[in-house]
Amino acid sequence: MSDSDLEAFRAETRAWLEANCPPEMREPVRDEDDIYWGGRNATFKSDAQKAWFEACRDKGYTVPAWPKDYGGAGLSPAQAKVLREEMAAINARPPLSSFGIWMLGPALLHFGTEGQKQRFLNEIARGEIRWCQGYSEPGSGSDLVSLQTFGEDKGDHWVVNGQKIWTSYADKADWIFCLVRTDKDNKYQGITFMLYDMASAGVSTKPILLISGNSPFCETFFDDVKVPKSYGEDVPAQVGEVNRGWDVAKYLLGHEREMISGADGGNTGTIGAALARANGAIDPVLRAELAQFDVDALAYGAMGEKFLDEIKVGKAHPAQPNMMKYAGTELNKRRHELMMAAGGSHALEWESEETSGGKPSRNWLRTKANSIEGGTSEVMLNVISKRILDLPGA
Amino acid sequence: MPLYYDDDQTMLADTAGQFMAEEGSIKNQLRHWRDRDCKDGFGHGLWQQFAEMGFTGILVDEDDGGLGMGQVEANIVLEEIGRNLTPSPFLSSSVLAATALKHGSNDVKGRWLPSLLSGEKVYGVAIDEGRKHRPETIACKAEKSGNGFKLSGKKDFVVYGASSEMIVVAARTSGSDSDRDGVTLFAVPQDAAGMSHDSVRLVDSSMASHITFDGVELDGDAVIGEVDGGREVLDAMLVAGRVGSAAEGVGVARGAMDMTVDYLRQRKQFGKVIGEFQALQHRASHLYSEVEIARAVTIKAAQLVDGGSEKADLMASVAKAKVAKVAGLAVREGVQMHGGIGMTDEYDIGLYMKRDRALQEFLGDQYYHTGRVAELSGY
Repeated sequence: MSDSDLEAFRAETRAWLEANCPPEMREPVRDEDDIYWGGRNATFKSDAQKAWFEACRDKGYTVPAWPKDYGGAGLSPAQAKVLREEMAAINARPPLSSFGIWMLGPALLHFGTEGQKQRFLNEIARGEIRWCQGYSEPGSGSDLVSLQTFGEDKGDHWVVNGQKIWTSYADKADWIFCLVRTDKDNKYQGITFMLYDMASAGVSTKPILLISGNSPFCETFFDDVKVPKSYGEDVPAQVGEVNRGWDVAKYLLGHEREMISGADGGNTGTIGAALARANGAIDPVLRAELAQFDVDALAYGAMGEKFLDEIKVGKAHPAQPNMMKYAGTELNKRRHELMMAAGGSHALEWESEETSGGKPSRNWLRTKANSIEGGTSEVMLNVISKRILDLPGA
Repeated sequence: MPLYYDDDQTMLADTAGQFMAEEGSIKNQLRHWRDRDCKDGFGHGLWQQFAEMGFTGILVDEDDGGLGMGQVEANIVLEEIGRNLTPSPFLSSSVLAATALKHGSNDVKGRWLPSLLSGEKVYGVAIDEGRKHRPETIACKAEKSGNGFKLSGKKDFVVYGASSEMIVVAARTSGSDSDRDGVTLFAVPQDAAGMSHDSVRLVDSSMASHITFDGVELDGDAVIGEVDGGREVLDAMLVAGRVGSAAEGVGVARGAMDMTVDYLRQRKQFGKVIGEFQALQHRASHLYSEVEIARAVTIKAAQLVDGGSEKADLMASVAKAKVAKVAGLAVREGVQMHGGIGMTDEYDIGLYMKRDRALQEFLGDQYYHTGRVAELSGY
């Protein structure tokens, strides 16, 4: 696409956003229910949220880069970047957030059958289904491949028994994409990437109360859960082949790490000026630390831009998301440490209206998970050693 | 513009990389001249080869006989210079002085550009006064005298000053020392009466001059740009020089890191290669991550300079500060992970540490630029 076509697309997009994005949807997200997750039981917080979601859904803008056949808008990477930029320019909220969009979708686009794509991608794009991810287990965190949840082959179905942990929003999800061991004798080639309904008999969830006081994660139990092997013609219950789910899992982890890294702008903002304005006098030593942080944040912003540019044309090292995740999450933790320091006693308030219910301290505590979830910083450094630096025995 | 090299830039990087690794190598240049106690601190032969490759005029407009390229391309050459520790007047002459001359009259250009492009001459820049880079304050004075000026004062850290045929000097023509306005740039020829050099060797074996101007008489056509209006040109020089020195620093960091990771793959202790130890792996991986980020922000800053963006100044300081931090980490980790051999003169890793130290100081260290980022951001 030529530059002039792209500029025409930009003008068109700007006009469309102007006409379709309600003013309320250009305000920063303040509460959990400002985020629309979709799904069987979803409700809208406001008419504006509903109107914005529906306009995007009808235009394919819940998943702009997915093909039109699967509910997307079929935008090229360059067009998708323009849309992102134009949405950012008016602070437009994402119309739909979901693990289906961020994680399962990319895996299906890469590994799914045509039947799976037709069914599941369209459901995700239209916000009809809310997914959760069943990866970690109590005994399998960093060493994920040791997972034990077992699916016994019963001919036309599996019977799944076991337990997952850190399942994000399992109590609110409709379906799960889950790593299940289907061959006990084969560590890497004995795992199947299964899709099944959370309403199935034998599935139960229990929210985990975190140090932030919130419960975004659950323990999820499978007690003789019957998972049919097929949901119809060309819609198998597993993604990829049976016993080859680890390939899908690894591919998806790359996406997850990329997402947590905040390369797309989530972790790149500076804080010094805003904190100095909001909190009055800043100690000179703290000012120096804020400035150091801002240097690192602006530099990381350039890295994020470079990384995304390189991904688009296949120039990025395949293990680079690990480096991005490591750097981005460590930076984000530092950001919140400094925000707490600059905020003083105000930032300590756990329940006040002025802090919207303890936002500063709860967010600060939440960031501590960034360098644990989706692979710890230590695992990221292991992967860099082995796959990028080619160091032995890592 | 995507943050990776286009085809032409990739080709330039390959050419410059190969050239520097062969002709500009540590053995052929840095050690060669250092071990002969060369008073220039660099090789004129290599500078001639730079000219033959077109590098000397990389930032000079095509109309003036140069290649008419941008900061991104100059940075590509500088990164290879850094990686090979190639002693070269490229940054002073072809980035800083060339940026100044871009703003000169046709007479000024006609007088100085040809012998820069041909590689015959080397030019320097005299900005700093005192031990630290504080270009906001310029006390060196040029008073009106007849049709020209009389220059008095002192300048420090004039890199390759004694070997420079001409030195671009930032001097005060009006106002008080810390005024933004009232600065003028002069092209001062090497043989100007009243200019004396105290040329000293630095830790990295490069040479730098303390210069004293004792009533140096300059005629009016020594002025580059406008009288009293030199600050804008000086700012352009500083941005180009800072982003350029960041690129050289990225090269130093990458050179030191590559050498160190190679060593981790080879050195055996306790019956295994030390690269198997997780304590070292994690430090090496952290370093890799930091070097990647430093390189990205340097490319970003160079693109902003070429695009004439108003963010270029801020990002130049971000790049300089980030690279200084990261290159410092790279050379310290490099020496430490090499163990005892890293302390020997025979091994190259220590040379990276020395070059990094000098480069850190050039046009402002990480503390100066980090503070500047805070100021420019409004706190």
